[in-house]
Amino acid sequence: MLSSLGSVGGKSAKPSFVSYVTPEEIKSEKEPSRKEKHPDLLPGEVVFCSASTVLKYTQDDLSQRGVFGALLCTNFRVSFVSDEAPTEEMVRTLFKNKLYGENDIPLSCVDNIYGDKRKLITGGLVKNKYPSKIIIHCKDLRVFQFSLSFSKEEDAKKIFQGIVHHCLEPKSLRCLFAFSYCENTSYPGSYSYCREHLRKKQTVMFDSVEDWTQDMKRTKGNCRVVSENSNFELSPKLPQYFIVPTNVSDEDLTKYQGKGLPMWCWSHHSGCALFKTASIPLVQEDNVCCRMLTAVAHNHLYSVKTEDLSDTLPTVQDILLSYNKFKQFFLIDNTTEFWMSDMKWFSSLDNCGWLDIIRQCLQKAVEVVESLEKENTNVLIMEEGGSDLCCVVSSLVQLMLDPYYRTLLGFQSLVQKEWVAGGHAFLDRSNHLHLKDKVESQSPVFLLFLECVWQLQQQHGPAFQFSETYLTVLSDSVHVPVFTTFLFNNDSHRDSLLRAESPHTQRSPLNCPTVWDWSVQFDCKAQDLFTNPLYTEKPKQDTSVRKSYRPRHLRQLSLPSSAFKTPPKKGFFKDEADNLKKILGVKRLSRWMLSPSSDSPQTSSSVREFYEAWQTKPLDYHGLLLPCLDGPSIRVWMQRYLRWIHDVQILGGGPVAMLSKVSEILGEVQELQRQLDRHGCTLTSNHKGARPRAKTAAAVIAARSSVRLSSSFPFVTSRNWSFKPAIPTSLLQSLMVTGIPGNLADREDDGGPESLV
Amino acid sequence: MEKHSVGGGDSPALPGVPNRNNQPRTLANSGSTQASVETLDSPTGSHVEWCKQLIAATISSQISSITPDTASRDFKALRDGTKQVQMDEVPLVPGETVKAVAKDVMYICPFTGLVTGTLTSTDYKLYFVSLERDTPFILDVNLGAISRLETISVQSHGENTQGMEIVCKDMRSPRFAYKKEDASQPEIVEVLTKHTFPLSNGLPLFAFLYKEKFLVDGWKVYDPISEYKRQGLPNESWAISKMNSSYEVCDTYPALLVIPTSIKDDDLKRVVAFRARHRIPVLSWIHPESQATIVRSSQPLVGPSDRRCKEDERYLQTIMDANAQSHKLTIFDARQSSVADNNKAKDGGYESESFYPNVELNFLEIPNIHVMRESLRKLKEVVYPSTDEAHWHSAVDQTHWLEYMRVLLAGAVRIADKLESGKTSVVVHCSDGWDRTAQLTSLAMLMLDSHYRTLRGFQVLLEKEWISFGHKFAARVGHGDENHANSERSPLFIQFIDCVWQMTRQFPAAFEFNELFLITILDHLYSCLFGTFLYNSEQERVVNEVQTKTVSLWSYINSQPEDFTNPFYVDYEHHVLYPLASVRHLELWTGYYVRWNPRMRPQMPVHQNLKELLFLKAELQRKVEELQREASSSHGSLSSSSEHTSSPSHSGGTPLHTTV
Repeated sequence: MLSSLGSVGGKSAKPSFVSYVTPEEIKSEKEPSRKEKHPDLLPGEVVFCSASTVLKYTQDDLSQRGVFGALLCTNFRVSFVSDEAPTEEMVRTLFKNKLYGENDIPLSCVDNIYGDKRKLITGGLVKNKYPSKIIIHCKDLRVFQFSLSFSKEEDAKKIFQGIVHHCLEPKSLRCLFAFSYCENTSYPGSYSYCREHLRKKQTVMFDSVEDWTQDMKRTKGNCRVVSENSNFELSPKLPQYFIVPTNVSDEDLTKYQGKGLPMWCWSHHSGCALFKTASIPLVQEDNVCCRMLTAVAHNHLYSVKTEDLSDTLPTVQDILLSYNKFKQFFLIDNTTEFWMSDMKWFSSLDNCGWLDIIRQCLQKAVEVVESLEKENTNVLIMEEGGSDLCCVVSSLVQLMLDPYYRTLLGFQSLVQKEWVAGGHAFLDRSNHLHLKDKVESQSPVFLLFLECVWQLQQQHGPAFQFSETYLTVLSDSVHVPVFTTFLFNNDSHRDSLLRAESPHTQRSPLNCPTVWDWSVQFDCKAQDLFTNPLYTEKPKQDTSVRKSYRPRHLRQLSLPSSAFKTPPKKGFFKDEADNLKKILGVKRLSRWMLSPSSDSPQTSSSVREFYEAWQTKPLDYHGLLLPCLDGPSIRVWMQRYLRWIHDVQILGGGPVAMLSKVSEILGEVQELQRQLDRHGCTLTSNHKGARPRAKTAAAVIAARSSVRLSSSFPFVTSRNWSFKPAIPTSLLQSLMVTGIPGNLADREDDGGPESLV
Repeated sequence: MEKHSVGGGDSPALPGVPNRNNQPRTLANSGSTQASVETLDSPTGSHVEWCKQLIAATISSQISSITPDTASRDFKALRDGTKQVQMDEVPLVPGETVKAVAKDVMYICPFTGLVTGTLTSTDYKLYFVSLERDTPFILDVNLGAISRLETISVQSHGENTQGMEIVCKDMRSPRFAYKKEDASQPEIVEVLTKHTFPLSNGLPLFAFLYKEKFLVDGWKVYDPISEYKRQGLPNESWAISKMNSSYEVCDTYPALLVIPTSIKDDDLKRVVAFRARHRIPVLSWIHPESQATIVRSSQPLVGPSDRRCKEDERYLQTIMDANAQSHKLTIFDARQSSVADNNKAKDGGYESESFYPNVELNFLEIPNIHVMRESLRKLKEVVYPSTDEAHWHSAVDQTHWLEYMRVLLAGAVRIADKLESGKTSVVVHCSDGWDRTAQLTSLAMLMLDSHYRTLRGFQVLLEKEWISFGHKFAARVGHGDENHANSERSPLFIQFIDCVWQMTRQFPAAFEFNELFLITILDHLYSCLFGTFLYNSEQERVVNEVQTKTVSLWSYINSQPEDFTNPFYVDYEHHVLYPLASVRHLELWTGYYVRWNPRMRPQMPVHQNLKELLFLKAELQRKVEELQREASSSHGSLSSSSEHTSSPSHSGGTPLHTTV
């Protein structure tokens, strides 16, 4: 039934409907007998309601022009199906998402809906009225504008209410599309097959004892893997498996249910490690924190430094507020609005504070890196729930210190480890379900992390195997309710729901794809754009991670010591431990030791010095990476935020122009290497390790010459190619005469006596 | 005082405690010095700050000179004595001579703290070297880049400390401190002043002393006849005129001008008289297909009484007629319309649409040179010495620098679009036609003509639109002149180069030259090492025999072009590039403005990776060719495999140019 529905759209050989006509023209020639169109529906996708003769305005002008088509609401998306036959170029779109097209909005991707006069529509308000025009702002920053005034009243009412109901009103998790999709999909076979598949691709899922053990071994950590929670008996809030310092006793594990339990994140080659924890409520017995701290300290040389992130970083609410302001600069309804906002751009950037939040997170991560790398101190980061900023900071620390996480699979494993297994409440933070009581907990924490990663990637491109496009797509995928990765609050939540929803109740949990199975969204060619052609692969010679670390470590020790001296690393015996307990008994943890003076928003001088010392060393893309945090270095993620705005597409320009050149050369190098192989000869010189990964993406981009591409590549195809430049519309009025000291503006260009009189 | 026990005593390896840390403390510890500070002339905050730095510097030197510092220096001398001898020597360019040397001078580095070393002044540069750190510390400032030298003296702890601030045109202001007692010291400031402002002291500019020989002669880069020939000129409508060959018609225009063929000499004289400074409308660029032209001029002398000049009106009509594709002519007046009106009162003005048939007049609303100067001055405060973090964007915003850049780019885009899509000829002028006009025409030409986007082509563009057409480099930059407050100074050329950089950012593969090329141009705009940017007009250059007595910047650039080439370059032949004149796509050129801040410096040269890739490719290519040669010489039967190498025939490690 589904396939037949799909083919209706395909077969319709009717002459394409006239587009680009003004609404007045269309009214007379309305075709009531028009057959309903459907997009190619996905398995398990059901159409709730639809309306025909809906006008979708083109974004790039104010002239009220647009394209007519049908607007549908399914259990997966709001979809607009144009009456126009798809042009050839649209069909050939390289970077096509298999789940949703450019005119589809997954329900969870809808951010806000506005009615006439830009009135914000909220669920529940709707009775029998419907606006003539709706504007939909998406979480991936697309903006859609539809006119309902040409549709039948009944249809219009139905579709409007349908969209509002399914996009804005509370629903149960079971209603999310993932469940009906997975029940109906032919998604690669059984659960085991899927796991097998992922194993081969080596994204470590961190859902088994082996995964954790493996990762600990990889980093030469010496902690204890806890499997007692495999059935969530210890606490449903704790991950199924996790790692704690060896000193944590069984009794502690059962007693404190996660609060204050230091969880291992990563071990530094020196032996010290990074731990995170949910902060302990003050009412708890004092010796809880003390015991935990001692346990952490025991891990390496009795040193520990705590970082209470709740004290020093913005709260999740701050993050949400700031992001809400920030995103408004990109949700542009029309050209005039765009150019108006262009005038205030720089000041608005500072005012919303988003870039500053990014900087603060990166800075905190650098502080932690400093403790691990320079002082070889164990670090325990903590915050209220232990699964928001802890995740951001711990993942950033690992990205900076461990080159493995800068590979594509390594990065995916990192997200699995710190975010998915680490219990970041994806569901609550994204509030896919629009639950009223969860409005408060909504916050783009994961996006904030991706933003930070993007900053690192911008500053040290060749160190990352994945591309900017990869990060952008990942940030979009959070709002596609198909992947188990982003649908749940923690392991037990995921486990219980997948089990409950499984059709084979007794056997295995429901088999849903994770976001890492990119083939669900993109074909192989498109996936090639996920890799960075300039990535420098690790030199083959030193395959052992350990070996390459050693010399670097020695070098790092010669860094100038900061003002905060590490506590004595030896002789920290029983007396001191008791003493420590006493101190702890009195003060809150964060006030205890070494907490750097991060109360000032400016980069602390310690971090500056650490960065400067690192900067003078030769750069090793497979060693420690630090971000520059100075004002000019923190930038706006142009690809993500500007890709849909027609007026800011640089035709023939943008980073892709460079990329295509690189790809071309790579292709040539590959060809030459093939020739050499044919001659049975290999290049004798061992190449500095700077031999970049040969990629087939080369062919993909090179095939389309870069003049044809725009800065929005690959998200927007250049089908609207025109040689007309974007000229600021408000150019004449815009002049900032305000900023000019009056006497200067009026002065003659030549102050000298020869000037015109 | 306690700071010094931390800074000096604890870790001798770290002599420089960033001075932002020690300022407050030094302020607190010496009440007596405070009084002397405040009696000093300048009441500004920065001045007070400066005095504090000076005092801090002396105190720290008193302490550090006793203990570990000297010890470590001796040790270093032992360890690499030979190296020190080398490092003490000042590298000189041919023709450069050392004029004064001062020892034990402290450089108050805003980034790494205080360093003590030797300051040398030559007739070309100021050179400070310190060997007290692990790696030698060198500060090198071309005297030409200095806009003013200021000295102050501060009494502290019975010592007379001299401070010297060197305010530079290239966005930095290094500060030095030394003790007055030394008899040799006062001399250095005098020597520096004398050679920094040679023209004010009856000395020649250093370019006339520079004796370097290059294999390439940069003066041959621009030949007007061949450049016009490249554009297809002369043709039936346009002639290359020699009427200005002795600079009698217009002393600020070049000898050769392209004017309409049909214009009569008598009419031309009237037009000459009707245009400010006799800068008549002349052709800058012609579209190869549509024959639409970019014509530049100065403002018409309309005056408050709306004077008319029939010949001028006819002249513009002729320009319009030379382009068969359009029956319109668009005039872009770069100025703000209000300013243009003011000019009218002062005998200047603009073309009235009612007197000039089929003419469309547009104001591009670009503020004047004084506004730009002020904007860059504010920008300097934002970027040097340190950058604010949380308020970086608003601070940049308040300088309006990027906003002016946007207006400029938007204007140039409109001009280019008028030619390309409108197929209409345009006349561009401002007041005199040598500042904003040069910016606009050269930017539009860069968008329209891919030739100007090559390394050589860009040199031609500068030689033509800026140098030969009389952008007053000497006045705008103030080469060798001590009058730093001269209101004729303005960073118009920097603004233009910045716009070009913005374009290279937006189209990273469309330009053959790289960022270093643009920075080098700006550095030598000030340096007075080369004759390229000296003087105000072609006439002055001829009189002063610049081409025979000085070296061209292009001689230097073109003798090592690989340093200045963009490895990503793809020839966007025949493609018009429209940069986005949106502030969202403009960014502050940190590689130029913030380059003195060591944190903003990339560790890895940009594109290093790609260069290695190109190198690898070249190596592979060589290998393949070698094997083929072997194969073909030993047994010809293998020759079938050689057809596969028919692919690219590029060679060497130089960037490859492909065409799209």
